[in-house]
Amino acid sequence: MTDLALTGLTTRPSQAWGGVRLVPLVREEPIEDLRLDARLYDAEFGVVQVNSRTEYFSYIPHGFVASWTRDGTPAAAYGTQLRGPAERDRTPSRMPLRFHRRMARRADRNRLRFLPLHLALEGYLALHFGGPEIVWEEWSHRAVSHGLSPRVEEAYTGAAVSGLQDAFRVFEIHPGQCGVLVYVADALAAAFVVPHPDDYRALYATLVHDLYGELIYHYAMLSGPVPDFRARIVDATVHSLADLRARARRQQDEWAAFHDRVMAGGLLDADYTYQHVYEMGGYRLSRFLPPFERRRENHIGELITDGTGRLAYLKTFRLSENQIRRGHLLTSLAAADWNLADTAVALGVTEPQLGLRIEAAGFGHLLRQDVLDHYRAQVRRGDR
Amino acid sequence: MNAAITATGQREFHSGAEEQSLSLDFLHDYLMGNYRDLYAATLALDVNDHNAVLIARNLLVTAGEADPEQRLAEGRLIARRLALLPPPRVYGLFRELRRARVNNRRTRAIMRDWLAARPDLAFDAVKYRGAVKAAVRHAHLSPAGELGPFLFTPHRPAAYTTPILETWRRAHYEQAALYELPYTVAEGFAAKHRVNRATFLERIAPRLTRLERLRLQESARGLKVDAVRADLTTMPLTRLASYVLALSLDDRVRRRAELTTALRAAARRTAGDQAGSWGAVVAVLDDSFSAYGSGHKRRRPLAVALACHFLLEALAAEYTPLWLSGRTDALLVHPYGATPLGERILDGLERGPGRLVIVSDGWDNSPPGLAGEVLRIWRTRLDPHHSRAVVHLNPVYDAADFDVRRLAPTVPTAGIRDAENLVALVELARFAEGRTGIFELRAHLARRVEGFLREDT
Repeated sequence: MTDLALTGLTTRPSQAWGGVRLVPLVREEPIEDLRLDARLYDAEFGVVQVNSRTEYFSYIPHGFVASWTRDGTPAAAYGTQLRGPAERDRTPSRMPLRFHRRMARRADRNRLRFLPLHLALEGYLALHFGGPEIVWEEWSHRAVSHGLSPRVEEAYTGAAVSGLQDAFRVFEIHPGQCGVLVYVADALAAAFVVPHPDDYRALYATLVHDLYGELIYHYAMLSGPVPDFRARIVDATVHSLADLRARARRQQDEWAAFHDRVMAGGLLDADYTYQHVYEMGGYRLSRFLPPFERRRENHIGELITDGTGRLAYLKTFRLSENQIRRGHLLTSLAAADWNLADTAVALGVTEPQLGLRIEAAGFGHLLRQDVLDHYRAQVRRGDR
Repeated sequence: MNAAITATGQREFHSGAEEQSLSLDFLHDYLMGNYRDLYAATLALDVNDHNAVLIARNLLVTAGEADPEQRLAEGRLIARRLALLPPPRVYGLFRELRRARVNNRRTRAIMRDWLAARPDLAFDAVKYRGAVKAAVRHAHLSPAGELGPFLFTPHRPAAYTTPILETWRRAHYEQAALYELPYTVAEGFAAKHRVNRATFLERIAPRLTRLERLRLQESARGLKVDAVRADLTTMPLTRLASYVLALSLDDRVRRRAELTTALRAAARRTAGDQAGSWGAVVAVLDDSFSAYGSGHKRRRPLAVALACHFLLEALAAEYTPLWLSGRTDALLVHPYGATPLGERILDGLERGPGRLVIVSDGWDNSPPGLAGEVLRIWRTRLDPHHSRAVVHLNPVYDAADFDVRRLAPTVPTAGIRDAENLVALVELARFAEGRTGIFELRAHLARRVEGFLREDT
């Protein structure tokens, strides 16, 4: 699989509002035969059934419908008639539940329905669906039979992130715009790319319903306004209007290069693990996981690419430091086939320390109670 | 002063209503506290109605802080200004004074004189019944003739001799009578008598005022009532532009000839004898998404830009419009896209006009600050002798800066609310290019005040 790249998209000047910076991505040539649309569920609290035994609790503002045509004629987007009210308060007692049978499934012959962020969150939260593959005796009965469930992660809707809503409201959409990169306090929060400008306009309002990690929430809360990257032209070099125009053009190019290299570097340069979920037409839907390197930007997400490698769809979610640690732990465990002793060696700690770390990461219920108690006692003895 | 022209305390694209009115209140308090005479003198300028009312109110509330001489001058200014305001604004002011418990002798005198000068108080009493009642009560007046009973014990007299009061009395029982009342009053009676809306509009049509007609035209068209038909050629320019922008694009295409004629006629009327005297003009007009304004002032910035477009077309001998979106058909503009002001200004300067007019809210974002840089370099290096005039007109008050947003310090910026003021503003802005001190400003204001009061007599 090729690296993540913004192929077919050009970066335009950013628009800053308070602590939020939005960088528009413009497509020269829209992709006509893959159209996406949002379906806002009436049920505020969606429950996705992955298997009959695992239930997934999370706030799902919307699912998407991918419609595509084999003969290449543009498929009309379902448009705004499916859009729900923009504002709702979250009162759990009044939430009706709705069951999604699988996270991605074919609704009918030509359509693929999926809940974008869940695809990725699901992949992250349980790297291995069934939990440990080899039944080491330390794993509790529950972990073996139920997998890592319930898998709940903390995330905030865009409406809760301060300033984000206003920033989206005053943002001026460029003609031909197909994507946006959201920065909060100049940390990349999310990337969003769709195949067609019309889709973008239809889906734009849903960005504010999306999930953003706790890191972003806190950055938005604490950050001051970010400065504009204002154009600067040195007057000494300008002798005519044509000069002035050339300088202005160069400013534009310099900004695009700077942005792609520096500001979006954390997203584009990382080493991802891809999983293909589905393939239809020439398009391939996959989800990717970051390397879970600590103290770095880590984005998870999903993307659709076409046969020529053009990026048709992209949606990412930035993990917080805590989530990265947990992901790192799970990756290490998975790499050692869920053998605690091997994992401990790989991580350079003792087995009891690893056991406590698993517990501290919130996966304590996966270990058998007596094993966990044993580890605790060992660590306590070691302290003395 | 820019603030006083544009700010209305309504929601804007970039800031909320509270923010706007908070900022405006602070500005008013600051000016009044420090430069009371200047503050009062702004009444003589083309400030918008909202601010005129605010100024009058603040001056009356704090009458105790002024010395007798100031009070005399203020009183004359206020009275003169109120005479020019539309009556609903003035009644609103009276209500606010009552709520603020301001009832000094000067306030009462102003109210008394203003009411006495109304051409037909009985008509007012019917149309603005509650307001007139409140004003009369607050100013301790005893209205002459049948007005007193009409306001305070309306159902006691068996009949009125004043025709409009009698019609009002009959409209309670008789459907036919309500069509002789003003539209806003008749609407209430129509609801009471359960008159079908289409029938009502059909029959009330002759009683509609010019602007009511313009407002109701589209909904009447939906009900297939043809009697409500505004004569577009007589409408004020900016109002007309707002109306055009409220139509769907298909409608605008279908009625292109009619709308264009109306807009051109309004522009020519506004331009007056200056028509065609401006030489080569290039206008950079903002139709980016922020020109949408807000739910309160829907498409106002764009309407101002559109009105300016037609006005400049009438004023200039040779005119080139440059819309930010690159659209060339002015009638079909709608707010969409980013604000690449810098590039557009470059395009404009390249055409070498005698005058460049920029109508924009000043949120240059593609890339940010390029317009400022272009204008700065243009002024400092390419045209240091000011051979070409560049003016920026801004229809939006920026709450954070207590002013309208500027593009560059070297280019004069003026607030604009109605395109009708364009000529005066552009002339004024040319003086403002050199920085003027407070003394010159005082002198200028004194002249304006004199002129303003002289019109009175």
